[in-house]
Amino acid sequence: MSNLRKSLSSMSASLVAILAGLVAGFVILLFSNPANAGKGLLTILIGGWNNGMKGVGQVLYYATPIIMTGLAVGFAFKTGMFNIGATGQLMVGGFVSIYVGVTWTFLPGALHWIVALLMGMLAGMAWGMIVGVFKALLNVHEVITSIMLNYIALYGINYLVKNSNLFDSLRNQTVNVAATAVIPKAGLDKIFYITKGRLNDVSSVNAGILIAIALAILMYILLNKTTFGFELKACGYNRHASRYAGISENRAIITSMAIAGGLSGIAGALMYLAPASGLHIHMEEVLAAQGFTGIAVALLGMSNPIGIIFSGLFIAHITVGGFYLQSLKYMKEIIEVIIGLIIYFSAFSLLVRDLIAKAGKRRAKKGNQPSKQEAVS
Amino acid sequence: MDAVYFLVQQMMFFSIPLLIVALGGMFSERSGVVNIALEGIMVSGAFTSILLISNLQSGMSGQLLLLIAIVVAIVTGALFSLLHAYAAISLRSDQTISGTALNMIAPASAIYLARMIQPNGVQQVQFTNTFRIEKVPLLGDIPVLGRLLFQNAYITTYIGLLIFVIAAFVLYRTRFGLRLRACGEHPQAADSVGINVYRIRYAGVLISGALAGLGGLVYVIPTSTNFNATVSGYGFLALAVLIFGQWKPLRILGAAFFFGLMKTISSAYSGIPFLRDLGIPSDIYKMVPFIATLIALAFTSKRSQAPRASGVPYDKGLR
Repeated sequence: MSNLRKSLSSMSASLVAILAGLVAGFVILLFSNPANAGKGLLTILIGGWNNGMKGVGQVLYYATPIIMTGLAVGFAFKTGMFNIGATGQLMVGGFVSIYVGVTWTFLPGALHWIVALLMGMLAGMAWGMIVGVFKALLNVHEVITSIMLNYIALYGINYLVKNSNLFDSLRNQTVNVAATAVIPKAGLDKIFYITKGRLNDVSSVNAGILIAIALAILMYILLNKTTFGFELKACGYNRHASRYAGISENRAIITSMAIAGGLSGIAGALMYLAPASGLHIHMEEVLAAQGFTGIAVALLGMSNPIGIIFSGLFIAHITVGGFYLQSLKYMKEIIEVIIGLIIYFSAFSLLVRDLIAKAGKRRAKKGNQPSKQEAVS
Repeated sequence: MDAVYFLVQQMMFFSIPLLIVALGGMFSERSGVVNIALEGIMVSGAFTSILLISNLQSGMSGQLLLLIAIVVAIVTGALFSLLHAYAAISLRSDQTISGTALNMIAPASAIYLARMIQPNGVQQVQFTNTFRIEKVPLLGDIPVLGRLLFQNAYITTYIGLLIFVIAAFVLYRTRFGLRLRACGEHPQAADSVGINVYRIRYAGVLISGALAGLGGLVYVIPTSTNFNATVSGYGFLALAVLIFGQWKPLRILGAAFFFGLMKTISSAYSGIPFLRDLGIPSDIYKMVPFIATLIALAFTSKRSQAPRASGVPYDKGLR
């Protein structure tokens, strides 16, 4: 019961933050172009629905990698670590799954994408584990190792791609993966489309979103229903107490970073195991944004795996809304400002929770007062 | 010898912004507030000051314009960091949350504002670089040293070094510095002897904001002629330099120069005959600074210790 009340109150704090962020966003819209502000806010709120079921499908498609990186950041938070390296882990995982997806064509069709996905996960795990090992054995702060590894991944992958048969020099990006390595649609293309003339305009969503949600539920069970998860959380709450209780702190740090890395690696695999029209790794010197968005997703979801599903969907929802905002002559960057403001206001959760608690007490007092009077009379 | 002069001159362009921003981060973290918003604050400072230069450069140029821009960058950074200070200190919220928020808000609003203010909705803010000093009078003529430090330089380099001296002095030789360190180690004890922990922490965060804002400008000026709402991860690198420097000024200086040197080698190796002839591809060179830092950290971090109360909100009620 108290558990439920706790998650309800943290959810209400997130909702208050979202509301405050949207109000602030509306004010910005008013300042930039008052005539369209109301329509603009509506467009943001409607999000994917602006384009029917295809738009909704696009929301699910954009939500897939950021739910995964959100899980990666949130999982590390639970063990008391700040995983700013999700972007590097994502790129390493993505690169390895592209490699498998392009070259391991000897695998039978149904197995190919699964193996590519798993190899991406393992690569991400290895990349994340380096952070854990540096922290546990060498006392190097996880933030600094992650930042360094992000750039090493970036340049290393650029080098490896340019010097292999994975390079499409014409487009300056990776080549397409084999058709058997593309994440299947799993029937979602039959739901999320709009009809254009006689053709179906199908959204890019694929089984990735189902995998992401399933993994979020798995992480929830791992953290809340197993001894192993309890040990990881204990290290996050109080490492001295947990060491006293006989939990190996070093092991917890290394495994938790490995799991976080694996989750990011899957994010990369789900992003890049795409058809020719989908995403490819570009040979630019820019870190993948999905890794940093994951931090916002994890914070808004209060690092709770189930919360992360919803916060990932919400952020994807208003991001897609931002694309349609451009037809009203607003810049789509306003969405990032709004997300930033929502995260900022979610930092006020303590204040909101106090206010809610006080209001609750006052109500309880009011409820008590009549009975007192009755007793007096 | 020419290669050495070239290397040192280039190194300053990378090292000085890292030094300034990491020293800023030091003031915040030594007062007990983790500041991962350095990146966002750098963007905010660079944005307003470059925008100012872009608008004033038709009427003025040179060092005076740069000095005005420096003041604007400092003020912007300090004001923007107030948001972080308010959430982290007054509201006692999780310090990574507001830091992350600032990192998201700064670049997005810089793009948004640039596209609104500038004609044709252009996102990049263009400016002309009129700030390079060919040769400092007198000092530039000193043999060896003159060519190393006083030729082909920017006034920001000397400001950066001056900030280092002042920062080290303030932290270790003034009453304020002592109080700041006390608040980062044991705020309850500091409070019990009458120090206002909240006020000291506000000061720490504001100093970090001012320096990070300045660092943003200092980074953009020598390396580019337009500002595209990014400082290429330099705020995060400064955070790494801060940790590498173990939250101490002199070590931060060393870390900033170490990293700057590596970065120079990786980006300017084609100007150094010996390195060019090795035939190593450029992507590998670009990895060098990061790998070298990791290796250096692996050997030096065994006894590294962050300020004890860093990241823990101070609640007077829990004393």
